[in-house]
Amino acid sequence: MVKNPVKSLKAQKHALGETAYQIKVLNDTESIGFSMPKFREKLDEIDLFPLKPTALEILQINMGKMCNQVCNHCHVDAGPDRKEIMTRETMELCLEAIRNNNFNTVDLTGGAPEMNPNFRWFVEQIREISQDIKIIVRCNLTIIRANPKYHDLPHFYKTHNIEVVSSLPAYTESRTDAQRGNGVFKDSIKALQMLNEVGYGKEGTGLTLDLVYNPSGAFLPSGQAGLEMNFKRKLKADFDIEFNYLFAITNIPISRYLDYLIVSGNYGAYMEKLVNAYNPAAAKNVMCRNTLSIGWDGYIFDCDFNQMLDLKVACGSKHLSEFNASELVNRDIIVNQHCYGCTAGAGSSCGGEVA
Amino acid sequence: MDKYYDPKDLKKFGNIKEYSPELGKKFFDWYGEVFQEGALTKREKGLIALAVAHAIQCPYCIDAYTSDTLEQGCSEEELMEAVHVAGAIRGGASLVHGVQMMNKTKELLM
Repeated sequence: MVKNPVKSLKAQKHALGETAYQIKVLNDTESIGFSMPKFREKLDEIDLFPLKPTALEILQINMGKMCNQVCNHCHVDAGPDRKEIMTRETMELCLEAIRNNNFNTVDLTGGAPEMNPNFRWFVEQIREISQDIKIIVRCNLTIIRANPKYHDLPHFYKTHNIEVVSSLPAYTESRTDAQRGNGVFKDSIKALQMLNEVGYGKEGTGLTLDLVYNPSGAFLPSGQAGLEMNFKRKLKADFDIEFNYLFAITNIPISRYLDYLIVSGNYGAYMEKLVNAYNPAAAKNVMCRNTLSIGWDGYIFDCDFNQMLDLKVACGSKHLSEFNASELVNRDIIVNQHCYGCTAGAGSSCGGEVA
Repeated sequence: MDKYYDPKDLKKFGNIKEYSPELGKKFFDWYGEVFQEGALTKREKGLIALAVAHAIQCPYCIDAYTSDTLEQGCSEEELMEAVHVAGAIRGGASLVHGVQMMNKTKELLM
């Protein structure tokens, strides 16, 4: 059992708070304890290296690392002590990218994106550009309960037709709190009930409420459909909660989850599991092929994980201020050993399984 | 070899094909098929396997199906209830023989 951190790795001045050190650890075969093939070699075997984008469809915007929670597995190393949040000027650059390109989805994440003081303004501006574009907010649920000023978030989401995607790693308190912190389960349940009250997750309302399941420990998710069935049955029976879909997501071995794996003695075995579960079909459908990830400071990345490892896109268009769609859609996607997390088993993306 | 059970041996399970490739292949094909989603879900099959693993006291199977059932999203309570089912059947199997003992006792006593 690993206790929940109270501070981010960065605030602790932990070695794993440094991205270069994380990449070094991930490539250190000795510390892993087995001969781990390079991820790029696995792609090469199926003629997928260098990995290229298929289209620019999803713009995932990380609005900042500030969060009201300090989860054990957080790949962002987010928390209340993180002050890096997106400014309005950078949001203007995001809006320009949305206006001038054909993204069909804007996916807002963090940290807790709602803690950014310009969050609501930003959503309104996106809706002004397009009534049809799908807007997703990755809501940690407890933010809705964290302060009275957030209590009306379900109404705000509804007004702007936002799809809500929320993490709930288990339908039991102990398993959820072990990953996300004491008291998170109870607050999450209350928040889900508030979302249901305004129609989210209810049949016929058109208001989508999806849940994200990621394992509370050193194991992989399995069988998204089966997990969804059980979550639906248990949440309905125990709390009268309804939701639309459950996305099963693999924990990627970076940042705090990497720290957890090392401290708990599970690191080598977990990496071996990921490598053994490598699925070429999942590799073909990885989310970085149709997604761009934007950092709080406007830099562009292949995905949120590369963002947290500070691996900026490998082309001239590294920042929103120099956004060039044709350069970006023709870039080589940067891969490293953490990418095994997205290709294990049925694969993993921000929308769950991919194969 | 200085011990009977080594957790690393679980990964070598496939090596049983070395001495009997055809039978080994048949076994693993059948094994894989058994655990597919069917009238029972993979999750239900995992819990049955975990209970059986305890009934036959196979440490490899206990490791394998603890991981499997966690991956299927089972809770600690569900895992332990499965173990209790195994225990109840094992205990019950002993106790139900008490009827045999009673039959024999009644046959022999005045």
